[in-house]
Amino acid sequence: MLALAIRRILATIPVMAVVAIIVFSLLYLTPGDPAAVLAGEQASIEDINRLRSTLGLDQPFLVRFSQWIGGVFQGDLGISIFSQRPVMELIVQRLEPTIALTIASLFIAVTIAVPLGVIAAWRAGGLIDRMAMSFAVLGFSIPVFVLSYILIAVVSVDLKLLPVQGYVPIAYGIGPFLEHLILPALSLGIINAALIARITRTTMLEILNQDYIRAARAKGLSVRRVLIRHALKNAAIPIVTVIGISFALLISGVVVTETVFNIPGLGRLTVDAILRRDYPVIQGVILVFSATYVVVNLLIDLSYSLFDPRIKY
Amino acid sequence: MSISAITQTPSSPTGLMRIWKRYPNIIIGGAMLAIAVFAAIAAPWLGTIDPQTIAPFNRLEVPGTEFWFGGDLVGRDVYSRTIYGARISLAVGLGVVVIGIFFGLLIGILSGFVSWVDQILMRVMDGLMAIPSILLAVALISLTGASLKNVIIAISIAEVPRVARLVRSVVLQLKERPYVEAAITAGTPFILILWRHILPNTLAPLLVQATYIFASAVLTEAILSFIGAGTPPSTPSWGNIIAEGRTVFSIAPHIVMFPGIALSFTVLGVNLLGDGLRDIFDPRFVSRT
Repeated sequence: MLALAIRRILATIPVMAVVAIIVFSLLYLTPGDPAAVLAGEQASIEDINRLRSTLGLDQPFLVRFSQWIGGVFQGDLGISIFSQRPVMELIVQRLEPTIALTIASLFIAVTIAVPLGVIAAWRAGGLIDRMAMSFAVLGFSIPVFVLSYILIAVVSVDLKLLPVQGYVPIAYGIGPFLEHLILPALSLGIINAALIARITRTTMLEILNQDYIRAARAKGLSVRRVLIRHALKNAAIPIVTVIGISFALLISGVVVTETVFNIPGLGRLTVDAILRRDYPVIQGVILVFSATYVVVNLLIDLSYSLFDPRIKY
Repeated sequence: MSISAITQTPSSPTGLMRIWKRYPNIIIGGAMLAIAVFAAIAAPWLGTIDPQTIAPFNRLEVPGTEFWFGGDLVGRDVYSRTIYGARISLAVGLGVVVIGIFFGLLIGILSGFVSWVDQILMRVMDGLMAIPSILLAVALISLTGASLKNVIIAISIAEVPRVARLVRSVVLQLKERPYVEAAITAGTPFILILWRHILPNTLAPLLVQATYIFASAVLTEAILSFIGAGTPPSTPSWGNIIAEGRTVFSIAPHIVMFPGIALSFTVLGVNLLGDGLRDIFDPRFVSRT
């Protein structure tokens, strides 16, 4: 049913509107003088005043907001205070490494987590299950940067197998591109695998108790076939949903991983913007990341009908 | 479901052994957290020196008998900084739990009972949840300036929607229960309904959620400090120590590793504790994200 799909798509509009309002209003809602904070401690009164008019803080809230939101619709996210270039341009330049890192991490996370969760549920209470779930708790607890440094210490410094840091665009050759991508994607992937593995296990456990699973086993189907064709297929929706939710984790992970591995992506852009107090860039990056998060979760919602024919859009 | 779960809580005097057998996670996690709390409180008496003292000869010194965890980039004692760092991390965790739960409870109860407010508040919460919490905190801190207080507030704002949604779903379920309906019909004052029926039933799921918030707040604080949007750089927070050691990681990995271990140890303890509590209460509303 198309109507349902359209309704779901329309439902993202208020969410995005609220995001835009929040991101924009922060400048006005925070106590104190944001212009003074952003200008830094050494700034003169003139500097602060110049910054205030650049940010439009001397204009009424609604005037400034309508200008800003009008610009956003035309792809104009403002001008960077530091580099004086359009924020949109800066973001587009930094997209490739971040997209590559995100996709590779997600791929690694799913490849580790889903089989692990399925086997853990199948052997619930056993040694594999306990090891898998210990791994999952550990994954929640180790900060991405600590894991990154452990991987760098072992793989790059001791074994000298992979480069310590840096990024090579895919256009410069797939070999060097992958070589630089493996470690950051692995750090981020392992952390995200924890959440997905746990949900996979919980969902599979519920499904494996169902009568139709017993029936499938009783009629002589192999364990593998029952696990994959009968159980995992029915567990798909919660698993895919949590992958969408874990996308938020992935985004904050990207910011950190890019810093550790010195990857010139959106995360690095954010961190540089923090150090330079370049608020328009921070604002733009938040808006882009949040929009991506909302769209990814929308696509996941819409994909439910692929896994369950009873859900029709 | 949470009501029957509470009454099933093992509470006999010989309970500790039984908890250990049935819920080892609570004992292990609780002990790990207790160690971190002890380190934070007893920091001055654990063989530490002033975490800001600079001893030039100790620059990048490897861990040894005099400086257990070695020295950092400017010659400060990494051991003392790591132990004192527990204070910052636990203060952030505790602060975020208190603020996040207070406002989350308030918003959750409000939207659970007042339907027109619900529409507005939940849209705002949806919007807040769509903004990655690290970035929201980064924006807030870059506008308000780096201080421990601002870090706690910024992380709390990102956690409020999760608590609010949890409380709201508990309230909505309870409102349908006959005994709550009866209480409302009988004209029981709202405050009394809240106190007798609603709050006790939010306790179990909130307790579990609190551990997850604590763990996530400690991690977020470290990440914020690490990317330069956290507590002021001189503060001995684990994220700051790691951030400073970043540039010299290949020649002095100990600067990153010791606070990294302390951080992972604490968060792991809190997570285990939370998992153990979840196993006891089984609150289905609680989710980690």
